[in-house]
Amino acid sequence: MYETTFHKASSADDAASKLGAAEEGKLLAGGQTLIPTMKARFASPSDLISLKDASISGICRDGDSVVIGAMTTHAEVASSVDVPAYLAALAGGIGDPAVRHRGTIGGSIANNDPAADYPSACLALGATIRTNQREIAAADYFEGMFETALEEDEVIISVVFPDADKAAYAKFPNPASRYAMVGVFVAQSGGETRVAVTGAGEDGVFRHEGLEAALADSFTENSAASVAVSADGLLSDIHGSSEYRAALITAMAKRAVAAA
Amino acid sequence: MTDGIGARVKRKEDKRYTTGSGKYTDDVRNENQAYAAFVRSPHAHANVTGIDASAAEGMPGVVAVLNGAELTGDGIGNIICGWAITSKDDTPMNMGAWSALATEKVRYVGDAVAVVIADSMEEARNAAEAVEVSYDELPAVVDTATAMDAGAAQVHENAPNNLIFDWELGDEAATDAGIAAASHVTKIDLTNNRLSPNPMEPRSAVATFDPAEEHYTLYTTSQNPHVARLVLSAFYQVAPEHKLRVIAPDVGGGFGSKIYIYPEEIVCLWASMKTKRSVKWTSTRSEAFLTDAHGRDHVTHAEMGFDADGKITAFKIDTIANLGAYMSLFSSAVPTYLYATLLAGQYHMPAIHCNVKTVYTNTTPVDAYRGAGRPEACYLIERVMEKAAREMGMDPAELRRKNFILEFPYQTPVIMNYDCGDFPGHLDKAQAAADVAGFAARKAEAASRGKLRGLGYSTYIEACGIAPSQAVGSLGAGVGLWESAEVRVNPVGTIEVLTGSHSHGQGHETSFAQVVADRFDLPVENIQIVHGDTDKVQFGMGTYGSRSGPVGLSAIFKACDKVELKVKQIAAHLLDASADDVFCEGGEVKVKGTNKSLGWHEIGLAAYTAHNLPEDMEPGLKEGAFYDPVNFSFPAGCHICEVEIDPETGVVEIVKFTAADDFGTLINPLIVEGQVHGGIGQGVGQAMLEQVIYGDDGQLLTGSYMDYTMPRADNLPSFDVEHNSVPSPSNPLGVKGCGEAGAIGSPPAIMNAITDAIGTENLEMPATPSNVWQAIQANQIKHAAE
Repeated sequence: MYETTFHKASSADDAASKLGAAEEGKLLAGGQTLIPTMKARFASPSDLISLKDASISGICRDGDSVVIGAMTTHAEVASSVDVPAYLAALAGGIGDPAVRHRGTIGGSIANNDPAADYPSACLALGATIRTNQREIAAADYFEGMFETALEEDEVIISVVFPDADKAAYAKFPNPASRYAMVGVFVAQSGGETRVAVTGAGEDGVFRHEGLEAALADSFTENSAASVAVSADGLLSDIHGSSEYRAALITAMAKRAVAAA
Repeated sequence: MTDGIGARVKRKEDKRYTTGSGKYTDDVRNENQAYAAFVRSPHAHANVTGIDASAAEGMPGVVAVLNGAELTGDGIGNIICGWAITSKDDTPMNMGAWSALATEKVRYVGDAVAVVIADSMEEARNAAEAVEVSYDELPAVVDTATAMDAGAAQVHENAPNNLIFDWELGDEAATDAGIAAASHVTKIDLTNNRLSPNPMEPRSAVATFDPAEEHYTLYTTSQNPHVARLVLSAFYQVAPEHKLRVIAPDVGGGFGSKIYIYPEEIVCLWASMKTKRSVKWTSTRSEAFLTDAHGRDHVTHAEMGFDADGKITAFKIDTIANLGAYMSLFSSAVPTYLYATLLAGQYHMPAIHCNVKTVYTNTTPVDAYRGAGRPEACYLIERVMEKAAREMGMDPAELRRKNFILEFPYQTPVIMNYDCGDFPGHLDKAQAAADVAGFAARKAEAASRGKLRGLGYSTYIEACGIAPSQAVGSLGAGVGLWESAEVRVNPVGTIEVLTGSHSHGQGHETSFAQVVADRFDLPVENIQIVHGDTDKVQFGMGTYGSRSGPVGLSAIFKACDKVELKVKQIAAHLLDASADDVFCEGGEVKVKGTNKSLGWHEIGLAAYTAHNLPEDMEPGLKEGAFYDPVNFSFPAGCHICEVEIDPETGVVEIVKFTAADDFGTLINPLIVEGQVHGGIGQGVGQAMLEQVIYGDDGQLLTGSYMDYTMPRADNLPSFDVEHNSVPSPSNPLGVKGCGEAGAIGSPPAIMNAITDAIGTENLEMPATPSNVWQAIQANQIKHAAE
């Protein structure tokens, strides 16, 4: 690991100002990706600003929504009674126990790994990302692999998930990394059906219009299976072809519908 | 007797392993210690046109930056392969030069070109990144099957077309005749996937030069510290043997990869002399993926002939084996004498011919990995047998049964002489335990849930106890493969056993102690096994090829014979009895038919006080022995795998795995079963998960656990391990070796089960969900077209 200077931020605004002052600063929000990347010498931030003491963690209900603080760990989300079961199950399936007790929701969506689980939930559930500057709709937030709408010194405060009538997430893990090779989140609320796919797209998480139309029409496994999922725009690598990932999207969509 | 041969004694060494109290090489901290970081080639193939270390030399903490020209200038020799193979045209193998630090050319990604020695590890790594190496990139050759093609990049000048040797074993004319006369010929093309060994502990070395004594001490992660010292002295001229102490302390797994002497150990020793500092290097996991010798990597075409009755007429094999960029220490033996000599399997085959071509490529060197040649042979034979049974419409178990060797000793057409076995017995036992009779019903039930079930066999045989020294010498080995032991009874009666067999997870400290406890009827706690230090143990050939039981234990057994003789003579003298009537029981030495006895400790005391010993007897009670085996031992058995496949995703679940093994005498069944579980785990890894993949440019694409799939607990079933033991007649204990059998027998059983389930033979390892799904799709398209 290269030398770096460690800071503790006392609030989101403090973090933003420390980030602004740093030459090449990085926010530390669990560090389950950043720290291994630094240890492998693939990243060399001049400054690390920890959000651990920034008072932006915790879970609360707000009417028909759940508000999850950015620094809330996956393990806390997985075990919270305030979090709907479909979202708790997703959090409980991220990484391994060590990752789940360190990794946070804010860290995950700020990094926007194309194989991360949370982005699919944000898109499918129509979440809102609250930052120290503004509110961003999930639909406007994810901008491609590791790309988000966040400005340089913008810090995520919380993520607001409106409750869905029916929802579930089904993941096919990459055999090696256990990240999502394909993850499909299906959600239905107030007559709207959303299907978000993570792990498979060349540009990161995306909504699948064909599956959404079919499931809006009939929210059944057969309906999901009837959609011809195209391999266009899907990743193809040593772990599987785009055709295989297309087949997995169908399979995971069926499983998510069955579980919803 | 509770702790003797056959007892399920819990491992003595596990207390320190499981409480973090082990002492590994990286735990060594010396005064004045510096750290080495290697500058490695980012290219698979390039000419080195310059090394500029000026910036690095000025960085904080840097002690020295050293390169290959200085290394060779100091007389450090090239790394060698220790087993000479002769091509079928009687020419010697084409071994290319391998300098521990590359001088003019780099030949794989990770090839070391320079080393930085610095006060701290981070300073060494920072400076290593600042060493500027100029490369003139060359095209790379990566693929095994096409490495000899015209126009392929040339890895070594003295190996035209990248051919290292073109070797054969067996009678080609008889084999061709047998194939021609066959009523059915089964043909197969198979790839044996390249594997990365991944021991839990990465390689490490700490070298310390003492200028006053001109003496070197090397702590290193080795399976065979004496072989390391021998090779470092005799071939690399690092230091004469009496000026070099090699210690392999606790070692966290090897699987073959820690047999060899790598560039890093050589460079650390040399750098310690150059800098007058103790020099430590510990591999990162990324370096381990790049530089630990890989395993397997064969491409094979084979044909097996059968007569109308299903009896094998001949077996013909053509294999290309990829040895990577350089010939590692035993690389040449693996695809030849450890492979082709096992191609008869458990079957009577009138004729066998095997042609093996080995090739250089711009990839990490390939050498022995758990099983080493024998998994490749077994995989080939057993996939051919299953395919043949399907083609001929025969039950695969019955086809095997029809061809089993039943009488021993049995001379195969490929050197090996099987001394004993019970092949039908293993099959019977496995079939009963696997409930093969109930498979059809289980398959139908699975089908009702939309799942595909399959059942696959593998009946394996391997050769352990490597090996009779004279025999391997005549086949080109550069060393003898005996083992040595010393049994020291202390004046207080406790016993130290010094053995050349290194233990790095195998449980020797328990099982070896059991053999001695058994002999003298003593508690196993009173016996300490000492290994891994060239200053303590006189000599040893180390641990690989499941040889510690058949060879290492036999040496201990022989030394115990000598100790027992002396104990009896002392007791007879003190108790006024005949030595023939003296026996050990319950911690005492007794005289048959009398109530005369002495405590075991009293014998030790008598030997060392020497106040009253038989006339002409030397004081003391310690005896040494060398044991050179008379034959290999031949563990064998039957594995049956049952899988259930989700056709939608290609996910394979192993629902039942049965092993019926013959390891001869079992010293500690608990440890044996652990070895089988671990071996099958690695077999599952090879069959379903693991594969080293290079890009066409020679870049390693599976350089971390993000991309290289290691077996995990949830990939493995509960194993049903049965024993059907036939003691080996070739060593005094009747042991056969159990370390590799699981990794040898399991891959074909798994692949035969999967191909049975999906109805096509067109599937290579690893059977990942993606590959299985692809095979199912291709098969459906093929059937739709027909």
